[in-house]
Amino acid sequence: MNETTWHSILFWIMALIACGSAVLVVLTSNIVRMAAWLLVSLSAVAGLFFLMGADFVGAAQLLIYVGGTLVLLIFGVMLTASGPLANLTTPSRDWLIAAIVGSSLMILLILTLTNPGIDWSTDSLSENLEAPSGKTTMSIGLALLGIRENPNASSYLLPFEIASVHLLVVLIGAAYLARAKRRSDPPTPT
Amino acid sequence: MTPIGLSPYLTVGAVLFVAGVVCMATKRNAVGILMGVELVLNAANLNFVAFNRFGKLGLDGQMFALFVIVLAAAEAAVALAIVLNFYNNHYTIDVDHGEQLHG
Repeated sequence: MNETTWHSILFWIMALIACGSAVLVVLTSNIVRMAAWLLVSLSAVAGLFFLMGADFVGAAQLLIYVGGTLVLLIFGVMLTASGPLANLTTPSRDWLIAAIVGSSLMILLILTLTNPGIDWSTDSLSENLEAPSGKTTMSIGLALLGIRENPNASSYLLPFEIASVHLLVVLIGAAYLARAKRRSDPPTPT
Repeated sequence: MTPIGLSPYLTVGAVLFVAGVVCMATKRNAVGILMGVELVLNAANLNFVAFNRFGKLGLDGQMFALFVIVLAAAEAAVALAIVLNFYNNHYTIDVDHGEQLHG
């Protein structure tokens, strides 16, 4: 088996895991199990990033999304899901509306993908210059400092600085919003 | 076997996006709605990296994916703080009970 066959097999395995666990996130009503399926889905998408040669983005997905954001969400679940709140069931009327909206959106997206007027074929596009080598870390780091191999490409120094200030603002804002306050009236024990 | 092209990746992104939208629409738990947002952002990321791989963008798609990851982490932190405040004020996590601003 050559490299292309392995690539295809790995793609279908990762795609099935990602889509299947994303659907299970929707269908599960227990919030803790939803978090577990979301973990599987995000990890499979990180595998897809590695398959596309985006090694730095895949590693960042694993570190920040799976390691950071999801742990944050699980902390939120642990702080709030007490007793009956862990299983909030959706009324069937909402399921009906959501199924109609979701299926029509899916049909729209698939129709757009299979539209013969749009040329999605990759033969004319496959000669990418710098991306698919699988060694993108140095290029990304240099681009974040404003240095690009192609002098016409855009620099990312200013967005990088804005993101750092934004993270500081988020840190202060989240700590201010979530600080421990004295409750006005204690909850009735159930 | 033909090599995997662009449209299978876009199909996976579409499935993730629809799953996220339906998750946002149906869940009553506020943290569940946050998980739907994460799925939608992840689908957008997948499309960015796929167009980066199969297009002539150079590295720009991957840079956008990185910024989306950073923004998603920040959004999760702030939204979780808001959810904790909501829980402290209402003693529930059900978003259907947040109706003080109803007209």
